[in-house]
Amino acid sequence: MRGSLKLGIIGIGLLLGACSIQPWVKPYERDRLADPIMSWDRDAISAGYLDHIYESREGSRGATGTAGGGCGCN
Amino acid sequence: MTILPRHLSRLAALAALSLICVAGAAVLPDDRADLFWSQYRGGGMDITGESVLVRKKFSEQFALEANYFVDKVSGASIDVLSQASVIKDERKQKTVSADYIHDKTQYNLSYTNSTERDYISNTTHFSLSQDMFGDLTTVTLGFTDSRNKVGENNGTAFKPVIDWLGHATSRSYEGGVSQILTKNLIAGATVEVITDQGLLSNPYRSIRYLDPTVPLGYSLGSQVYPNTHTSTAVEGRAKYYLPYRAAASLSYRYFSDTWGVRANTIELGYTQPVSNMFIFEGRLRHYNQNQATFYSDLFPFVNSQNFEARDQNLAASTNNTIDGKVTWAFAPEGFLIFKRATVSFDVSRIQFKYSDFRNIKYYNDTQQGGLYQPGTEPLYFFNATVLQVFGSFFF
Repeated sequence: MRGSLKLGIIGIGLLLGACSIQPWVKPYERDRLADPIMSWDRDAISAGYLDHIYESREGSRGATGTAGGGCGCN
Repeated sequence: MTILPRHLSRLAALAALSLICVAGAAVLPDDRADLFWSQYRGGGMDITGESVLVRKKFSEQFALEANYFVDKVSGASIDVLSQASVIKDERKQKTVSADYIHDKTQYNLSYTNSTERDYISNTTHFSLSQDMFGDLTTVTLGFTDSRNKVGENNGTAFKPVIDWLGHATSRSYEGGVSQILTKNLIAGATVEVITDQGLLSNPYRSIRYLDPTVPLGYSLGSQVYPNTHTSTAVEGRAKYYLPYRAAASLSYRYFSDTWGVRANTIELGYTQPVSNMFIFEGRLRHYNQNQATFYSDLFPFVNSQNFEARDQNLAASTNNTIDGKVTWAFAPEGFLIFKRATVSFDVSRIQFKYSDFRNIKYYNDTQQGGLYQPGTEPLYFFNATVLQVFGSFFF
């Protein structure tokens, strides 16, 4: 009885272990990714401003990660 | 226990912070204040922008951000010039934003008010980001609601008479994922669906149609747009840390909407730091789109179809951007209350070309020679230069 309980616990443990994804890039290997030159948009105002310029003059919009307002009609 | 020298322990703490940052949204970014100036010149427009941004953490979990932006517009684009007097306007945009972190989830709520003489916009945005799979993956979901009041200035630039024409609402649903692929490569994908309803046309733009009863050979009329619009944009991007300390990026966006517009945007970027004082960046962007189904540069007669547009934004077009930017860390060790400070200079040159939008301002005007018949005028194009100068102070 005790043996089968142990086996069950080990089995469940193995199953749970298989479910969790192990990070293949360890936290201590992410120093390059943490360099500011790797950030997508370091300057929010500048990124938003350029998006507004394009959105006001193009037919497309969206999926750029910035939100703004105004029509840019003129 | 080994005691690290003070600067080493500080570096270690910073590195630990950065490592958590790159994993996703577990740590709020540094407090900062930005002063921003910009100038846009092109297509008859001269726009000067000024902005200030302040971001402050009140705890490790909560931060507030405020941004004020003023655009001063003078001049007018080609289609406004072809039918109206020169304009002068100002757009003021105010944003307040709050970030809250709980465990591996970051919540953001922001509100933006943008006011022009003839256009008022109120936008509320909510998003949440969740780190998962050993912090290699960050998933973001966002929702934006925008309510706009649309008007038209029927007075002059200096004596405006605003007629409020109607309202437009917009809702945006966004989903994104950012994924660490290797210790040098990060990639991301975003999908955004936007639905609009209400008065969606630009009141300053008109259709033109053949009219043999007038000397020009054409007349101008009001645009008629559908009162609904839904668009989908999908973007994929990747950034790679090169073997020496530099980064290269690539992004592609595909756009389609219920008005028949399909567009592609591709962007290449390169970042090169020099010592700890300078970061040089270059960017190339190419954009192309086809025309909307109800767009025409010249309609055969008035009311020839249910919906009619001659807005250059809906014309088939391409544009190309070349951009250069340098960031100078003029106070890398900090001063007064600031831990460090930088100043950035950014210059962009954008070339816009239209395949079916013609320049009617200077052509086919009988008073100036009457050289072109309607529909044979040269295709419109213009170049724009965008300058940005801004200082960032981190504290």
